[in-house]
Amino acid sequence: MMGQEQGHIIPYRTLLTVWAALLALTGLLVIASRLSLGAAVWTMLTLTPVKAGLVFYFFMHLKYERPLLKLMVFVALSTLVTFIGMLFLDISFRP
Amino acid sequence: MSAAPHKDYQGAKIGMWLFLFTELMLFGGLFVLYAGSRALHPEEFHNASRELNMFLGVANTAILLTSSLFAAAAVTAIQRGSKKLALWLVGLTIACGAAFLANKAVEWSQKFHHGIYPNGPALAHSPPGEAVFFGLYFIMTGLHGLHILAGTILFGVMFVLLARGRIRADDHVLLENSGLYWHLVDVIWIFLLPLFYLAA
Repeated sequence: MMGQEQGHIIPYRTLLTVWAALLALTGLLVIASRLSLGAAVWTMLTLTPVKAGLVFYFFMHLKYERPLLKLMVFVALSTLVTFIGMLFLDISFRP
Repeated sequence: MSAAPHKDYQGAKIGMWLFLFTELMLFGGLFVLYAGSRALHPEEFHNASRELNMFLGVANTAILLTSSLFAAAAVTAIQRGSKKLALWLVGLTIACGAAFLANKAVEWSQKFHHGIYPNGPALAHSPPGEAVFFGLYFIMTGLHGLHILAGTILFGVMFVLLARGRIRADDHVLLENSGLYWHLVDVIWIFLLPLFYLAA
């Protein structure tokens, strides 16, 4: 692990591939949003987190980080998702 | 012989991530507010979203995604010791940030021109839900725009530090942490695009 002290070097090719995938997913989102409301909502709920995940995993080097940092990010995101989930439970079951 | 200043590469990155978590909660609160308001006014949100220029929103997405590529590639460049390439990539990131803000200025001035701003004449006569939509639109894209402005200035500082040799192959955590900030701001925009521009 000592050799990794200054961080893993991500090749340019990987970065370019991720960038192309992000643009392609954006194109899919735009197309789906014009098809129907259902398609727009479902692609938003699935493709948007995938895009965010790609940025976190590659651009933000998360793939190459130690388990401690990965766990910290997981806890932070889970907290946010729990808040949003609890809000929807509140809204849906309001009398 | 002077002692080398204490450096903690892992600690510096963990510190940056902790700051990013607070940013996540700041925007997260606004996303919660958006979700709750949209559940109350689904029709109005749908109609109000039509007023937004989808082309400008998608163009700004492409600009930000490309800027993130430049920012990530700048880290790879300095890790491999090519200072000149890193300077170019940081410069291109700054240019993308400026282009994003220019685009945003055009978009907002169009809205102002049509009387769409908080308490503006167009919103006074529209259903309450639409005023809520535009209130959230201005708060969320405005706060995001401020982050882009901060990130652009931050990368300006990184450009100077790179040029002066303060950021090098063996000590590049400042550039890496600035990149983390820039990418998080990009992620927030990734969520803003479908919520505002593609919601019609």
